[in-house]
Amino acid sequence: MEGRQRNSHLKQLEDEGIYVMREVAAQFERPVLLFSGGKDSICMFQLALKAFYPGRIPFPLMHIDTGHNFSETIEYRDRLVEKYGVDLLVGSVQKSIDKGRVREETGPEASRNALQTVTLLDTLKEYQVDAALGGGRRDEEKARAKERFFSHRDAFGQWDPKNQRPELWNLFNGRKNQGEHFRVFPLSNWTEMDVWQYIAQEGIEIPEIYFAHQRKVFNRRGVWLADTEFVNRQPEEKLETRTVRFRTIGDATCTGAVLSDASTMEEIIQEVATARQTERGNRHDDKRSETAMEDRKKQGYF
Amino acid sequence: MSESKHLNGEKDMSKKDQKETEELSRYLDMDLLRFTTAGSVDDGKSTLIGRLLYDSKSIFEDQMEAIEKSSRSSGEEGVNLALLTDGLKAEREQKITIDVAYRYFATPKRKFIIADTPGHVQYTRNMVTGASTAELAIILVDASKGLLTQSKRHAFISSLLQIPHLVVAVNKMDLVDYDEEVFSSIVSDFRKFAKKLDVDQITYIPISALKGDNVVNNRENMSWYNGPTLLHHLETVKVDASHNFIDFRLPVQYVIRPNQNFRGFSGRIASGRIHPGDEVMVLPSRMKSRISEIVTRDGQLDEALAGDSVTLTIEDEIDISRGDMIVRRNNVPTVSSEFEAYLCWMDEEAMEKGKNYLIQHTSRTAQAFVDDVIYRMNVDSLSREDAERLELNEIGRVRIKTSTPLFIDSYKLNQKTGSFILIDPGTNRSVGAGMIRSASTAAARNGDSIESSLDTKDSEPGKATEKSPDVVWESWNIPREVREKRNQHQAHVLWFTGISGSGKSTIAKELERKLWGKGRQTILLDGDQLRHGLSGDLGFSPEDRTENIRRVGHLARLFFEHGNIVLCTFVSPFRKDREAVRALLPEGRFSEIFVTCEPETAQDRDPKGLYAKAKSGEIRGLTGFDAGHEAPDSAEFVIDTDKESVEEAVERLLKGVDAA
Ligand SMILES: Nc1nc2c(ncn2[C@@H]2O[C@H](COP(=O)(O)OP(=O)(O)O)[C@@H](O)[C@H]2O)c(=O)[nH]1
Repeated sequence: MEGRQRNSHLKQLEDEGIYVMREVAAQFERPVLLFSGGKDSICMFQLALKAFYPGRIPFPLMHIDTGHNFSETIEYRDRLVEKYGVDLLVGSVQKSIDKGRVREETGPEASRNALQTVTLLDTLKEYQVDAALGGGRRDEEKARAKERFFSHRDAFGQWDPKNQRPELWNLFNGRKNQGEHFRVFPLSNWTEMDVWQYIAQEGIEIPEIYFAHQRKVFNRRGVWLADTEFVNRQPEEKLETRTVRFRTIGDATCTGAVLSDASTMEEIIQEVATARQTERGNRHDDKRSETAMEDRKKQGYF
Repeated sequence: MSESKHLNGEKDMSKKDQKETEELSRYLDMDLLRFTTAGSVDDGKSTLIGRLLYDSKSIFEDQMEAIEKSSRSSGEEGVNLALLTDGLKAEREQKITIDVAYRYFATPKRKFIIADTPGHVQYTRNMVTGASTAELAIILVDASKGLLTQSKRHAFISSLLQIPHLVVAVNKMDLVDYDEEVFSSIVSDFRKFAKKLDVDQITYIPISALKGDNVVNNRENMSWYNGPTLLHHLETVKVDASHNFIDFRLPVQYVIRPNQNFRGFSGRIASGRIHPGDEVMVLPSRMKSRISEIVTRDGQLDEALAGDSVTLTIEDEIDISRGDMIVRRNNVPTVSSEFEAYLCWMDEEAMEKGKNYLIQHTSRTAQAFVDDVIYRMNVDSLSREDAERLELNEIGRVRIKTSTPLFIDSYKLNQKTGSFILIDPGTNRSVGAGMIRSASTAAARNGDSIESSLDTKDSEPGKATEKSPDVVWESWNIPREVREKRNQHQAHVLWFTGISGSGKSTIAKELERKLWGKGRQTILLDGDQLRHGLSGDLGFSPEDRTENIRRVGHLARLFFEHGNIVLCTFVSPFRKDREAVRALLPEGRFSEIFVTCEPETAQDRDPKGLYAKAKSGEIRGLTGFDAGHEAPDSAEFVIDTDKESVEEAVERLLKGVDAA
C-alpha cells in the first residue's frame, strides 16, 4: 500500500463501505449479501472480506437466479463460494414461474428482469432476511440519486420515496417492524469508474465476460445483445460475430454488450474514462420508458 | 481458474505492466470533496449543477439525449441543464426538487460528491441532512433579487453544522449586466450578516450558471473579477478540514472473534490517531490497557487515523462490546447522561418534552428524553424565542437526558462524537438531529467529566477553552459598562494582522497616540513584547502560534473589560486563531484590520532584519517569506500600505472607531 495517499478517494470509499458492512452485521439479525456475479457485488464481497478479517463473513450470499445467466458468471460465483467458505442461498425465477407466482413474459422483448422482483421478495421472506446488501450506486440512474445507505422497505417490500428516513452523518437507523426489511447499499457513493479502479487496485479476479472477447451478437435498437438460447431473436435481426465486452452483468436477455477491444484492466479503465455512454445506456430494460427505473424500484426492484 | 485475470485478494504486481501501475497511482492520488448546494427555488441550483457536470464533461451522451428529449417534450428552448439533476417523476412534473439527492463527478484533480438540497422554506431538514456530511457549502444568491432571508438561513445552517468552507455564488449575473456594483453590494450585505455566524471561510464568486461564466470557464464578461472560478475553488480548497486528528476516539462497532485466540475491536476511528503500544482506556468500564496490533486484511498498520476503518487488539483481556469506546487514558470525552445540544426537528409529529425517544450516538443507543427546550432559534432573524416544543424544521437549544451515559464531545470539536439522532420508538422514524454543545453543568458538577479536564497531553493547547464552552464569566465587580460610562467611550479591540514589515506597528502606534490625545483609555499589545514574557515558552510552530494568539486574545479581553481600546499588533497568520479571538468579544466590539503590501515592499523595509535572516537561512518559517499568511475574508478594514500612507490610514481608522 506504499504511496497510497491517506485521503485518496478510494481509501475513503473503502473505509465507508467497511463501516456499512459492520453496521449491518451489528444491527440486523439475518442479513444477506445479494450477489449477482457482477462487478458491483464483487466489490461488495471484497469489502465484506475486509470488514470481518480475520473472521469469516458473518452472513450468506444470496443469488437471485433468473435462469438466463452467462455461464461464466455462475462458474465464478461457485468458485468464490468455495474459496472463501461462505454460504450461498439461491432464489430461482424459474421456480417462481413453476409455482405460478409470476407469469413469463412473451414476445421478442420478453425478459425475466421484472420477474426477479417477485422471486427476490419471496426468497427474502423465505429466509426471513431483515437486511439485504445490494451493490446499487447512486450514480447509476437519476432515481437512485436519492437512495439512502439504509433503505427502508415496507412489509410488501416496497420503496416509498416520500417515506425514507433522513440520513445524517454516519448514523444509520436500521429499526423496523416485523416483516419489514432494509436494503443496504455500501457502494452508494461509488461511481462506475471507482468500482473499476478499486478492482484494479485490489487485484480482484472478475468474470471473463467483462473483458473483450469474440461473441455472436445482434443489434436491437442500438443495443448489442448476445445470442443465447433465452433471447427471441427476430428474423430481421442478423447475427454477427463481434469483439465485445460487458459493462454490467445482468439477465442475458437484456444486458447489452459494447463493442470493445479492451482486454486488460488498464484498457477497461481507459475505456470507461473516455466513454460517452452510461453503463445503463446498454441495459435494454431502461430504454423502455424515461422513468423505467423509478417505476421498477417502487415495486421492490434491487 | 485459467480464465481469471487476477486472483482475488492475492496481489501479483509483477503481472501488471509499469504503465498500468502509473496510470493507477495517478488516480489513487485523487482526493475527495463532499459539498452541498443550497438556494431558494429558482435561484438556479439545478442549472448550476447541470453546468458543472456539463462543462467538466461529466455527462454522457445518453443522458444528454434524454434531457434533450425531455426539454423538447416540455416545450422548452435549447437544453435545460436543470433536468439533469431533477430526480423523481413527481418532482419533475412539479418542477421542484424535494429531497436530498447525491451527484458525482470527477476532474483529474478530485472526485466530488454533491449533496443537492432544496431551498424551500419548509425543508430545513433536508439542508441539515445534506450539510451533515459536507465539507463545503455553496449558497446560491440570485443577483437580480439580492440577498434574501433564505440565503441567510442556509448560511446559518452551514455554520450550525460547522461546515468549514462556505461559497457564496452570486448567480444570474447576466441578468444584471455583469455589474460589479450589484455583486459588491450583495457581498457586503452577506458579510454583515455573516459576522453573527461561526464560519471560518467565505468565498464570494459572481457567476452565471445559465451562460457559464465563472463556473468552470472564465469568460470575458466579468473582467473586474480576479478570483477563481467556482470549479477551480472546489478543486483547490483544503479537504479534511473538518477532521479532528487530535483526540483519539474509537467507538466500537463490532467485535470480531473467529477463534479463542483472537479478539478484535472493529470500528471507524472517529477522531485522532493511534499506534501499537499506545496506552488506552475503555469506556464505560474505565479499564486500562495497551494497543497490541492494528489489524487490516492488507496487513498490520503502524498508525491509524480519523476516518480509517480498522480492527484493534489490546494486550489485556477486557470485556468490550459494541457501543463501548476506546480512548486514550489522558484524553477522555465527557461521560454524561445529561447534556445540551442544538436539535433540528425532522418529523411531522412535533417534539414533545418528556416523551421517550431512542438516541443513537456513535455506535451506542440509549433511551432519551428532552428535559427542557432552552430556546427555539428563529433561523431567519437568528433571535431566540421561548418554546415548549419543536415542530418539523425547527431548530432549538435543548437539554437531553439519557438512560445510560454517553461518551460525548462538543460538536464543534468533534463532529463524530458530538452528533446524534433521535428515533421515535413508535414509528421507528429518525425524528431529530442533534449537535452537542456541552455536558450540562449539573452533570459536570456530579463529577462525571472530571477526567476530561485533566492532563491533555495529546490535545491541542488552544483547545483548552473549547472544553468549557459554556462556563459563564463570573461577573466583574465593577462591570465594564460602568467603566465605559466614566471613561466616556466604549471599549473596543482593534486587531492588526499582517506580515512583518507590512506596517502594522507603525500604524497602530500612531493611532494609539491620536486616541490617547483625544482622552481615550488605550493600550497597545505587541507581538515582540509578549513573546518575551507571557509567551516566552512558545516558539513559532503552528501550534505555538495558535497558543500565543489564544493567550493574547484572553489578555485583550481582560483589558477590554477594563474599558480600554486595545490595539493588538500580531502577525497572527491563521484565520481560525483570529476568529477565536473575535469570538471572545461581544458583537461589534472587535475590528480586524488587515495590513498588507507587496512582499517585496515588506522585504525592503525589513524593520527587524527578519527577512535578511530568512534569506541567509538563519531562520525558517517566517510568515511572508516561507510561511503563508491567511488573509481575512471579512476584515473590517483593509490597509494596503503600498497605496495608502500612514496618515491616511490612521485618519480612516479614527473615523471608523468613532463610528463604532
Ligand atoms: N439569466 C439566468 N437565468 C438563470 C441562471 N441560472 C438559472 N437560471 C434560470 O432560473 C430558473 C430556475 O433555475 P433552476 O436551476 O431550475 O433553479 P432551482 O430551483 O434553484 O434548481 C430557470 O429558468 C433557469 O434557466 C443564470 O445564471 N442566468
